[in-house]
Amino acid sequence: MSEKKGFIEVIDFHKSFGSKKVHQGVNFFVRKGECLGLIGGSGTGKSVLLRSLVGLEKPERGQILIEGVDIVPMKERQLVEIRKKVAYAFQGGALFDSMTVFENLAYPLREHFGFSEKEIHKQIMEQLKEFGLEGSEKTLPGNLSGGMQKRVGLARAMMMHPEVVLYDEPTAGLDPYNTKRIQESILSLKEKGVTSILVTHDMPTVYAVCDKVALLQQGRIGEQYTIEKLRQEPPGAMSQFINGESA
Amino acid sequence: MNNLALPFTVFLKEILLFIGGVGLLFRDVVRELFKGRFYWRLVSEQIYQIGMRSLPLIVITAMSIGMVMSLQFGLGLEKFGGKLYVPKLLAVTILREMGPVFTSLMLAARVGAGIASEIGSMVVTQQVDAIRALGTSPIKKIVIPRVLACLITLPMLVTLANIVGNLGGLIVGALELNLDPNFYLLKIMSTSSIQDYLSGFGKSFFFALFIAVPSCYFGLNVKNGTKEVGIATTKAVVTSSILIVVGDFFLSKLFWIFEKMI
Repeated sequence: MSEKKGFIEVIDFHKSFGSKKVHQGVNFFVRKGECLGLIGGSGTGKSVLLRSLVGLEKPERGQILIEGVDIVPMKERQLVEIRKKVAYAFQGGALFDSMTVFENLAYPLREHFGFSEKEIHKQIMEQLKEFGLEGSEKTLPGNLSGGMQKRVGLARAMMMHPEVVLYDEPTAGLDPYNTKRIQESILSLKEKGVTSILVTHDMPTVYAVCDKVALLQQGRIGEQYTIEKLRQEPPGAMSQFINGESA
Repeated sequence: MNNLALPFTVFLKEILLFIGGVGLLFRDVVRELFKGRFYWRLVSEQIYQIGMRSLPLIVITAMSIGMVMSLQFGLGLEKFGGKLYVPKLLAVTILREMGPVFTSLMLAARVGAGIASEIGSMVVTQQVDAIRALGTSPIKKIVIPRVLACLITLPMLVTLANIVGNLGGLIVGALELNLDPNFYLLKIMSTSSIQDYLSGFGKSFFFALFIAVPSCYFGLNVKNGTKEVGIATTKAVVTSSILIVVGDFFLSKLFWIFEKMI
């Protein structure tokens, strides 16, 4: 892995669905500890790109380097180690609806670590406290609000202490209070040195948590700026997108 | 002609995709069965869901079939003075065909539909993706427990259906056909062989695969939201049922050849 480039590096990424070419040579990188905001119109393939970073989708062409290792040719079994490092926070939480919040959080610990049930209980209680979810451990996901489901999803993704977190629309459909809580959780993880990529349409969240922003347009990264640059003088295409003047 | 050709090619493509997909899924099941961790708890949960919860359905179906067949055989054969052959005829028919086939069809309707809709809903709500993203295998966590549970419970349910079906026949034989219950029971025991039982029992393992694997396949291949969950459920039941009925002929033939050999 070159020092100049990133902890995560996407090179010449191509992905199609049938005859529709969604990505036509996407290139970007994210340095360790950095948070990249990935924005773009609906259907531009932001979530597909994010899913590919954890091996849930395979590109037709291109490389995805995580710490310099290309994950594209990896089989499911080999991807297990990557998935311990790279967590994915699903848009709707993707909680297992037949399990309680406690069991959802215990899932990665029971699968990958030899912890005793006592240790698992301790870790989960700490995690619930950190994410403001105390008292919800016995609740089934169906009985939680949308915001709480997202936070449980985020808490579950963090149970394995990943080095990278991929957020898929973490604040979509949330009220300002829950949006703020999610932003705080992301910032808290960022302070711990977690590298992250955030797919969102929510510009206040981008300004609040991201270090740089990339605009996905017409199958490529159209523009990419640091958050400071974006604050000072919103540049061309990105400015148009943010102001709702182009898709 | 062109109007007919298009649906036919689509149908052919779907069949080829199904055969390939089910083949690959079965390969993955066999491959992952012997690798890594084995989830006993999930298998036992599925045994309860698939086996125990199907008991009332299987008992009622088997009892009804035994009773109806006994009545029809009895009334039909009475004209030729062949009422005494009812126990033998009924026992062999139930053990070889009716027990395994009807039990499997009932299970395909109840369990096949349940498997496809449950897995389909998990796909739609990204729970299957979450299993993968958390570094675990959906084949191990979802498919293998259901396949194994079907393989374990269906032969047991078939055995139960055989007993209950013959019991139903005995009840009608005694009450409606005025056959002596002891005679009926003795005839069943003396005329039906272990081969009759094993033929039906052996088929049930194949039928279990015909139910579980396609149902998991259709569930896992749900793509476009909840509407497709319903379509997948229908496909799972129809496909499993067709496989059972068509497969029964070939398996019967195979078992006859095998019996002649030994």
